[in-house]
Amino acid sequence: MAAPEASTAAVPTLYTNNTLRNAFGGVLSFFILLLIGVLAFSIRLFSVIKYESVIHEFDPYFNYRVTQFLTKKGIYEFWNWFDDRTWYPLGRVIGGTVYPGLTLTAGTIWWLLNSLNIPLSVETVCVFTAPIFSAFASWATYLLTKEVKGAGAGLTSAVLLAMVPSYISRSVAGSYDNEAVAIFALIFTFYLYLKTLNTGSLFYATLNSLAYFYMVCSWGGYTFIINLIPMHVLLCIVTGRYSSRLYIAYAPLVVLGTLLAALVPVVGFNAVMTSEHFASFLVFIIIHVVAFVYYIKGILSPKMFKVAVTLVVTVGLAVCCAVIAVLIALVASSPTKGWSGRSLSLLDPTYASKYIPIIASVSEHQPPTWPSYFMDINVLAFLVPAGIIACFLPLSDASSFVVLYIATSVYFSGVMVRLMLVLAPAACITSGIALSEAFDVLTGSIKFQLPGVTSNAEVDAGETSSDTSEAQTDEVKAEKPDDTSKNRPLKKSKKKERELAENPPAKATAKAKAKAKAEKKRLLALPLEASVISLLLLVVLGAFYVVHSVWAAAEAYSAPSIVLTTRSHDGLHVFDDFREAYAWLSHNTDVNDKVASWWDYGYQTTAMANRTVIVDNNTWNNTHIATVGTAMSSPERAAWEIFHSLDVKYVLVVFGGLIGYPSDDINKFLWMVRIGGGVFPHIKEPDYLRDGQYRIDSQATPTMLNCLMYKLSYYRFVETDGKAYDRVRRTEIGKKYFKLTHFEEVFTTHHWMVRIYKLKPLKNRIRGKAKKSKLKTSSTSSSKRSGTKKKNPWQ
Amino acid sequence: MGISRFVLLVFTISMLASPALSDLVLSKVDRRIYLTSHIVRISSTLEVENAGPETVSKVLLAFPDLQAQNLAYLMASPHEAKAKFKVSVVSFPIDVVKPEDMPPGVTFYSVSLPQGLTVGASFTFDVLAVFTHALRPMPEQIGQADIQLVLYQDSAYYLSPYVVKVQSLSLKLPDSRIESYTTLESTKVQGSEIKYGPYENLPAFSSSPITVHFQNNLPFTIAQELVREIEISHWGNVLVTEHYKLIHGGAQSKGEFSRLEPQARENVQGPSAVRYLVAHLPPRAHSVYYRDAIGNISTSHLRGDSKKAELLIEPRYPMFGGWRTAFTIGYGLPLQDCLYESEGRRFLNITFSSPVIELVIDTLIVKVVLPEGSSDISVAAPFFMKQCQETKISHLDIVGRPVVVLEKTNLVPEHNQYFQQWEEVRVAIQHVHNIICQCLATHDKLEASLRDLSRTGEVQACKAARKSTDGLLKELSKELKPLMTFLQSSPSAVQVLSKVEELVAKERELLEKLMAKHSTAVEAYDKKSGARDIESRIALQQQKITALRQEVDDLLEFIDEI
Repeated sequence: MAAPEASTAAVPTLYTNNTLRNAFGGVLSFFILLLIGVLAFSIRLFSVIKYESVIHEFDPYFNYRVTQFLTKKGIYEFWNWFDDRTWYPLGRVIGGTVYPGLTLTAGTIWWLLNSLNIPLSVETVCVFTAPIFSAFASWATYLLTKEVKGAGAGLTSAVLLAMVPSYISRSVAGSYDNEAVAIFALIFTFYLYLKTLNTGSLFYATLNSLAYFYMVCSWGGYTFIINLIPMHVLLCIVTGRYSSRLYIAYAPLVVLGTLLAALVPVVGFNAVMTSEHFASFLVFIIIHVVAFVYYIKGILSPKMFKVAVTLVVTVGLAVCCAVIAVLIALVASSPTKGWSGRSLSLLDPTYASKYIPIIASVSEHQPPTWPSYFMDINVLAFLVPAGIIACFLPLSDASSFVVLYIATSVYFSGVMVRLMLVLAPAACITSGIALSEAFDVLTGSIKFQLPGVTSNAEVDAGETSSDTSEAQTDEVKAEKPDDTSKNRPLKKSKKKERELAENPPAKATAKAKAKAKAEKKRLLALPLEASVISLLLLVVLGAFYVVHSVWAAAEAYSAPSIVLTTRSHDGLHVFDDFREAYAWLSHNTDVNDKVASWWDYGYQTTAMANRTVIVDNNTWNNTHIATVGTAMSSPERAAWEIFHSLDVKYVLVVFGGLIGYPSDDINKFLWMVRIGGGVFPHIKEPDYLRDGQYRIDSQATPTMLNCLMYKLSYYRFVETDGKAYDRVRRTEIGKKYFKLTHFEEVFTTHHWMVRIYKLKPLKNRIRGKAKKSKLKTSSTSSSKRSGTKKKNPWQ
Repeated sequence: MGISRFVLLVFTISMLASPALSDLVLSKVDRRIYLTSHIVRISSTLEVENAGPETVSKVLLAFPDLQAQNLAYLMASPHEAKAKFKVSVVSFPIDVVKPEDMPPGVTFYSVSLPQGLTVGASFTFDVLAVFTHALRPMPEQIGQADIQLVLYQDSAYYLSPYVVKVQSLSLKLPDSRIESYTTLESTKVQGSEIKYGPYENLPAFSSSPITVHFQNNLPFTIAQELVREIEISHWGNVLVTEHYKLIHGGAQSKGEFSRLEPQARENVQGPSAVRYLVAHLPPRAHSVYYRDAIGNISTSHLRGDSKKAELLIEPRYPMFGGWRTAFTIGYGLPLQDCLYESEGRRFLNITFSSPVIELVIDTLIVKVVLPEGSSDISVAAPFFMKQCQETKISHLDIVGRPVVVLEKTNLVPEHNQYFQQWEEVRVAIQHVHNIICQCLATHDKLEASLRDLSRTGEVQACKAARKSTDGLLKELSKELKPLMTFLQSSPSAVQVLSKVEELVAKERELLEKLMAKHSTAVEAYDKKSGARDIESRIALQQQKITALRQEVDDLLEFIDEI
């Protein structure tokens, strides 16, 4: 179509075409991004629509309470907040032990809205913080992947991240937890690192340290960044990819980032003292040495350089050995080798279960099962390998980072189910790259095969395939008017341009690469039918992912866990027992009464019932938790003494036996025994097990049947159905008729899920003793009692 | 303790009883005390006879102080044969009075009869008195499954400063189970009703204490504090938000709690726990919600059609004696259902108290949030209450919305009456302003006619002008009258009223002067006296007129600024 004489005149028109197309593509991707943001936000609103606008689960209640305090009292009061309503009688310094990023973010949003006279409640702001930040996170993913593989891959991975179930599980509306903002901060920090790496701009390097600072504020997972980036730097150095850009990307981050991190009270001197950060300093030294070597190499002749190297290596080795010896000695002198428990259990997955039952007892610290991978990242699990391969074609600094990121996060997710969250963005990025590359190849080969077909058919094919591949389709569309004979050189030049735009310093290699790419393109041309079919299959795969994600968002992860619902033949049943109990506590007990419960319910009790608790979900004091665990596993009298010494007035237990709620206190009871026994050795786990089996039926051990938890859970349970059939354990309980001597039932919720007991006052002790002797509590319990008396730390 | 104090008090009253203070005689008193809920309603029918020499227009009602403390509502209305305790449309004004020479420990209320009672005439009317906290649980603490027994004390004789000829008393109890009651002469028990009387010819202030101890398992629902916020939106909605702090005011719960009993006895008429509350919302109420500080409460039902909306709400847990809870209900109403327009002003007509039935409210705070920029706000309510104003800044407001805060203590369902909220007094004042301006314009016309007269000397034309202006001014003053009465009645116009009145008076004076001047001038022309003569005659009047005119203009300006 185009005349030969146009070859010279084509250049300017080509450029205008290019700019027009770029502008059009830019606008289109802007709107696609906007839609992705809307999608990310709205897919997380299922919980609000199906249930209500309420804070979910356990930790979010604490964050909510802290945010309320912040908005009420202001930032200075917040930093100095000593909370005396928890960990009674120890209290907890909130300002210095909390990651303030999330709280400050929500507080700022609230303040901003209120100063604009939009009077939203703190609760509303907290509920919607996570969906807002997941929209930000998907935009950050776009930016990051764009740095690695261009805008098309960026859009694909952004849309994948917007609805990845793993991330949805932690960021539905109401899930007001650190991870909600931290994932955004994590991705954005990585993006800025890659941006600096690609541009060598000190501006982005500074931004990068600020983003890192925000991440440190938000989540303890920041150590992942400060270990992954040094690893990548090291990898670059080892593979001979050292450049000044790498230096600019890394050195300011370590210096500024560490300084800024030390400003956060909860991190403080840990930023330079704990082993988690040492890798970054080591690499910091290495990169300086390498930079110095490269400098020396530049000014010396090769022969002189060799001499210098041998000299430096001998001296340097000696110095290094000395320094490392000192470091090892320092580190080895501390019992945990300078690592925190959670980090250690990452390096040695068996560490926690061996030494720290309190970390092991949390279900999200367990290793995940295989189905949970499919549940949480779904088809991405299959796309990831393809993405990794795509990252190697060709391997750039940025794509090597992605490979490293996915490799490490796969390992971490295998150790702790909670870290699946870190894997999700990496999986989305690699899968986005894989999908985008696949679409590129397939649409390219269709185009190559069908030079004569009208442009419409292909454009349609491209558009139906996926909206995310539209960027590619654009190219196709724009190229159509040109002659096919001119097509290839044209494309080559375009590729070159893109390469140049992305990688200005890598100009020299760009040309060769582009050429290689064009060659490859020709070689990779697949048969038409095969490409069309695989295109369709990819679309089906994508559709499957979307369906699964929406299902996960709507069904699996939308429940707020404080309200339970079941569907039965006669409609929807709502179990609102937790809030019933907390409301009862908050209205019908004195404001200064202390409530003891297992630590799971600590945050909720302080936030919803506004009562002082003994232990809560911030498990900072193992001994204190062990005391409560000991009380729960002791017989009534000993438990009463422990609780009384802690000034406890009410004891709260969660019981699911009536309606079949499986995560109740009886099922958690072995952990109480283990944690209690870890500190107070008279509590022995075998006493509660019959032949290594945990049971509460008539075969159960007498210690089990006489412990406080059993009694408080099953008190008068037999009167409900006459048989005392426990629907969770699917058995009749062992001891059905008994009386409480030291405790008095004051409230039980509608479905018996929460039972609250009051400690009887002191004068009843004599009578209780008399009764006790009548009851067959056996001699073992009395001996236990005396043992507890001595070991009770609060007397 | 309480009983003995009460008895003692009543006794002293009867000892101190002085002879009847006036010449009124109660020829027949019929009292019915309804103890069927925790609100005590005493409905009495009084027949008053004037035995004295003078016309009497006021009747005194007496209550012992102990009762008067708990008196929440008092209303007198003309006797109707079948009216039980309906809030009737016609009621007589009642004031608290402290007449001299009266025994202490008694509070008096004076009822103004619609017309004076002439000598020998008699008049029958109903008095409804509603008391809260008048029933005392006895025993004060009961177990969860026990029935609740309460104690009520009153006098078998009607306490009155007048001689009572014939009287009878009946007590209606919720249940036929009566633990004990005071037996006097002619006491009868019929099922759940106790009757005392009839007694004849008792002197003034005679009393005889009675005590009834009976079963009352109805929930004693008391709202210790209720904050109602009524927010009027420009966009066609009135949003009502009610924050309740409830307590079960009956016998305190003691002993061990058990889920089994409330569950097993759900249908049996059993213990006195508050299981649910019923609220009669206004018809067409929409967007109803029920929640508390920690989220939605899922146990509620809304039934309704176009005529009514009934909301059945269950607290999170059944409330036993002494238990508390707090929650919020909210609903929207269409604007046209409660906002009306009259004479250029808009008013909101909405019920004052809570829609929850059989609820005693210790403290009620009603906040009416008006749209931003509303001015000249006034409140018309059927009873007295504390009032103040504040500002609330809501969605995207710049200066904030004016909020009228009304506060009243000790309320019963009878208080659930409509009250009005007026928004614009300004319109009326503006109207006055316009009329005065028109008056001044007609004055100018008169002056102009005078000038014409001096120039042309046509007396007839001048007289015609005078006639037309006279008619115009009369009409204007007619228009002015209702406005003035309205302004005098509206409380928010007080500060402006004096100025407006002054303005009207000055204007009238000015008019008179002007008329006088006009007539002298015309007369002079009629007599064909010399121009100079006329000038000199008018000059004096003219001075006064200009001074007055100046004053009127100043006043006008002042009012305009308001």
